[in-house]
Amino acid sequence: MITDTTVRDRISGRAIVFHEDGVNTDRIIPSRYLKELTFDDLGKYVFIGDRTNATAAGDVHPFDAPENQGARILIAGANFGAGSSREAAPQALTRWGIDVIIAVSFGEIFRGNSAAIGVPCPTVDARDYERICARIAADPAVEVTMSLTDMTVSIADEQWPLQLNETQRAMFRSGSWDTLSLLLEGAEQARTVAARLPYLTGWR
Amino acid sequence: MSKTLYDKIFDLHVVRDLGDQQYQLFVGLHLLHEVTSPQAFAMIAERGCGIPFPDRNIATADHAIPTNTLLRPFSDPMAEAMMTALEKNVAEHGLRYFSPERGENGIVHVLGPEQGLTQPGITLVVGDSHTATHGAFGALAFGIGTSQVRDVLATQTVAINRLKTRQVRIDGALRPGVTAKDVILHIIQTLGPESGVGYAMEFCGSVVDAMSMDERMTICNMAVEAGSRVGYCNPDDTTFEYLRGRPYAPDENDWDRAVAWWRSIASDDDAVFDDAVVIDGSAIDPMVTWGVNLGHSVPVTGEVPGSNSGDETIDASLADAREFMGVFPGQPVQDIHIDVAFIGSCTNGRVSDFEMVADALARTGFKVAPGVRAVAVPGSNAVRDELQRRGIDRILQDAGFEFRETGCSMCIAMNTDRLIGHEVAASSSNRNFKGRQGSPTGRTLVMSPIAVAAAAVSGHVADPRAVFELV
Repeated sequence: MITDTTVRDRISGRAIVFHEDGVNTDRIIPSRYLKELTFDDLGKYVFIGDRTNATAAGDVHPFDAPENQGARILIAGANFGAGSSREAAPQALTRWGIDVIIAVSFGEIFRGNSAAIGVPCPTVDARDYERICARIAADPAVEVTMSLTDMTVSIADEQWPLQLNETQRAMFRSGSWDTLSLLLEGAEQARTVAARLPYLTGWR
Repeated sequence: MSKTLYDKIFDLHVVRDLGDQQYQLFVGLHLLHEVTSPQAFAMIAERGCGIPFPDRNIATADHAIPTNTLLRPFSDPMAEAMMTALEKNVAEHGLRYFSPERGENGIVHVLGPEQGLTQPGITLVVGDSHTATHGAFGALAFGIGTSQVRDVLATQTVAINRLKTRQVRIDGALRPGVTAKDVILHIIQTLGPESGVGYAMEFCGSVVDAMSMDERMTICNMAVEAGSRVGYCNPDDTTFEYLRGRPYAPDENDWDRAVAWWRSIASDDDAVFDDAVVIDGSAIDPMVTWGVNLGHSVPVTGEVPGSNSGDETIDASLADAREFMGVFPGQPVQDIHIDVAFIGSCTNGRVSDFEMVADALARTGFKVAPGVRAVAVPGSNAVRDELQRRGIDRILQDAGFEFRETGCSMCIAMNTDRLIGHEVAASSSNRNFKGRQGSPTGRTLVMSPIAVAAAAVSGHVADPRAVFELV
């Protein structure tokens, strides 16, 4: 259960690597699972199409691999979470067990959705990403650590810098990322803005 | 100080600076649909929040509703539950709802513009990634997720980062048989599907200037497929003429003041962009995707590429895409056989899209090839009504297309309109992602409506210029 008080400052564990760009939200959670009125059961459907196809081909999808069960970190290339605005995508990932996603870049709606539900999405330089992928490929069981205090991702004695919006970083470190409370604080100013918008005031 | 349209609208709507390029932004118009809103309404109820600007939140149903029959209850109990939730929520909060019962519904990105709700200078959000469509009017429009739908309902604001700006100028003039869809596919193929991350894209130049609003919407709709959350065109006389007289457009008393303000919101001539790209519009061919992202496209006269990019990761992803699609390096894309032809969606489900197809079919008398399931789904009830009034529905049906009720339909496959097994679809929709059209092994070839029609009558991908003698 995600709460408003979970601190996501430091996360350690096994990492799943998607060594590709543009992993889109249709793959993360196909549209037929968007009709669930709650997000509660989505964890079991994460990457369900890819997993079904992998099984049919005699392969094992990373999310089905026994050694990846319990992984908390997901690592991917550019534009992870591309495409649809479905919040079910980060919901499915986090309900499966992923607590942080580190990528070269993110689909922007996906990144916002992830922040809204408490999943940090820091970015890493493309060269560092390749090095991280190589380290994990050489030792898939290796422990990976993300620290928002140090703004690094590290494996054993090697570490690489992370980038994350400072506002979001502070929210994840404090464990409070409730955007609604933040926005409600600006209610009075919002009314002031509305009162000066030409299209809400007859263009006068 | 010269500014872009993006920065002008953004600055006008800033409520508060939240630090490090994050802002609380006022939302001028929030459109809702049945799929991404139920959890948001539940969350505001849980938090005890009301909706402070109910007039600026307007709903319709599009994503999950069936297109064969609107009889209630729907045969899909989950779709029925979503509809019931939406109906309860809009009633409880007194929101304007363009409902199927009153024959008012449409795909949210078709409905907003045709009602005159979408206007230059406004901020507009929807719980849907194709919201950039509304940028065609010079609105700052972007997709949001369900937690942000909650935020907008409860505060009429959203926490958002400011984007960099990229100007994409499309010079020259399009050749016959080349459409807006081909322009945006060409742009995505040229710049890359991840290229737009972090940017708002302004589309301009002689090609855009000459385009209708329908065509501009097609271009802006797919900005997100280049990675850009926001795409837009500057408002001009074409924009104003489109809006004049529409139900929610300013009335005659306000019209001149509205137009004067709309003109002022356009990017200044000397506005500085973070990046600029020039595309030669006269060099664009009809495009078709062969792979699993929108960068995987070639001219319809082209071939499936091999793995010779020089980059191991890219080559591997190209090989994976070919394997999924069942195509091989050097294969002419016109050799790809199709099972399904779909015309519709927020990208290409407007009157002019069906009109071009119907003209070609009526002129040639060509019929859908045996074995091809061809489906036409109008983007809104208003589109359907106009197509029926003009007899365009009959031309499509006589040629072998099914003519359906409105909805997102086979673009997202949340209802029964979907691919089965390994079927291949020629589709006027916006995404060719694995599994997008409902079957995990289904395959999608994204192209223009006229190219879908050419494929439908040929049974395989075909050059619409040759099939329909477009000169």
